[in-house]
Amino acid sequence: MAVLEIKDLHVSVDTEQGPKEILRGVTLTIRSGETHAIMGPNGSGKSTLAYSIAGHPKYTVTSGSVTLDGEDVLAMSVDERARAGLFLGMQYPVEVPGVTVSNFLRTAKTAIDGEAPKLRTWVKDVKDAMAELRMDAEFANRNVNEGFSGGEKKRHEILQMELLRPKFAILDETDSGLDVDALRIVSEGVNRAKAATDAGVLLITHYTRILRYIQPQFVHVFVDGRIAEEGGPELAERLEAEGYDRFLVEA
Amino acid sequence: MSLLTSHPGTDRHPGLSGPTDQGAHTHSAETMVPDQSRAERTTSYAVADFPVPHGREEDWRFTPVAELADLFRDERTGLCLDWAEQLPEGVTLSTMSVADWQASGAPKPGDRAAAVAAAHSGGVGVIDIPAEAELSEPVRITLSGEDGQLVHGHLLVRVGRHARATVVLSHSGRASYSEVLTLQVADGAEVTFVTLQEWEDEAIHLAQHDVVVGRDATVRHIVITLGGRIVRLNTNASYVAPGGSFEGLGVYFADAGQHLEHRLFVDHAVPHCRSNVEYKGALQGETAHTVWVGDVLIRAAAEGTDTYELNRNLILTDGARADSVPNLEIETGEIAGAGHASATGRFDDLQLFYLMSRGIAEEDARRMVVRGFFASVVARIGVPEVEERLMAAIDAELEGAVK
Repeated sequence: MAVLEIKDLHVSVDTEQGPKEILRGVTLTIRSGETHAIMGPNGSGKSTLAYSIAGHPKYTVTSGSVTLDGEDVLAMSVDERARAGLFLGMQYPVEVPGVTVSNFLRTAKTAIDGEAPKLRTWVKDVKDAMAELRMDAEFANRNVNEGFSGGEKKRHEILQMELLRPKFAILDETDSGLDVDALRIVSEGVNRAKAATDAGVLLITHYTRILRYIQPQFVHVFVDGRIAEEGGPELAERLEAEGYDRFLVEA
Repeated sequence: MSLLTSHPGTDRHPGLSGPTDQGAHTHSAETMVPDQSRAERTTSYAVADFPVPHGREEDWRFTPVAELADLFRDERTGLCLDWAEQLPEGVTLSTMSVADWQASGAPKPGDRAAAVAAAHSGGVGVIDIPAEAELSEPVRITLSGEDGQLVHGHLLVRVGRHARATVVLSHSGRASYSEVLTLQVADGAEVTFVTLQEWEDEAIHLAQHDVVVGRDATVRHIVITLGGRIVRLNTNASYVAPGGSFEGLGVYFADAGQHLEHRLFVDHAVPHCRSNVEYKGALQGETAHTVWVGDVLIRAAAEGTDTYELNRNLILTDGARADSVPNLEIETGEIAGAGHASATGRFDDLQLFYLMSRGIAEEDARRMVVRGFFASVVARIGVPEVEERLMAAIDAELEGAVK
């Protein structure tokens, strides 16, 4: 049983007008096997939370803590966080020209496991995972995210989650830009990865539709850099019906 | 009436901020008509036709000419580099007098250094690859300097009709070396010519390579410049008959204190020929300086020309500077295609973050990005021993930078 604990996290970014506080005290605990949905309007700080946990240099943690099984995540470099078991599925995955998907996946797997995967099983694992995500085998020879469609990028992110087997996956708007079929395929991938490793999942989304495929036990509503309300799946249904207006008026 | 388009907009990036090399900067804002056509530059065997450059001339404006005085001096040294060759069966090495070479109609020197080298080399080393030859092994020529000697070198590589060959010329050690090299490729031949500059830090290397492409011949001229204090390599391509194809590929990696300059001039004077130029460079360290100038001239007679040139520079650290100047001069509208692209960008931290967020250590991630940057051009070299050597050299350059 692993625990990811976020306590009173304050995060700011540098702007031309000086530092701007985006997260204003976020507290959240995720355990293995749990699925938490973070919902909220645009600009509420959802993605900032994801990138701060992953260690993006653009974001400065001004106070608070993030620990993984008691270990100080904030003291770790970006790669150390990944090797400790954190995974960030990005909303806008980055193109890396000249680096093939297969080279990238193998290098990442070797880094996470501390040793190169056994060639025969690895090739089969990659092939099977790609087939389940309805990705053509040719995909492995393409350059990372270069010329990928929106749907391909998201499948590629979930492919990595399945192969790298993190303890906790933070999925930042994985549903955005997907049609219904792609949404279902990607969601099934997340559920497979979760079932295989009992990972904890932090699902960041603007919409409720992905929650039909990946059921959360906990729903947190993010407004203005804080958790404004928490509840179970019923809270998501209420948001579906009412939207975020209620929170925005209060804010 | 000629249509002149030129983009001398020079990229200077003294530690710029901003995104990746991917379209970070393309030349479109500045358009200047040059004061003379590229065709009007002086070429001559006579050293006296080229005054000693002072550094403000168009073709010397980026070069640290003050450090090149020895190579401009109209004086024979009689010294040479250590020379080793591996010649596959049928390939011969001989010498030719400078007078015979001049009489052969080979392209003339285009600047002071080349004119000096051609005048004082004492003779031309001639490699002949016979017609119809199909070489399974490369012709290898290895030149090295030991004590920084001043050397004038002169080479002629002749590839016979319908021959298929690879030639690898490598330079290493310490020298001040001025080189004139002519690659004559007869009709229908296919040749890959690689020149490797793996000099030690103090070396100076100036070169003029003239590539003469025969009817339906295919030439790949590949430049790999990694070492040397100053390396300046001028490559000129011309065609003697229709159907010729010239591909100019280049990879360079400049560290602190290095000046690596590559100038190309593709002269399309014949119809239905093709040229494609792709040079990629990385820079790291204070005062690392690279220059790429790509001139393409499509003369009125050169209908059906298809040409493209591309230069990309990846700046890995603050303080390095990449100048990139593509020039396209077009005198006929009846062409198949003509284009150029130039972009210089800083190492992309987002790429680094993405790879590191998958557990890959910073040093490895950086290596992946830089290798990836070069991959498109390296994959086209097509000479495995050179590709491997190059990738190992790039890794070594990066390791040298990681403290």
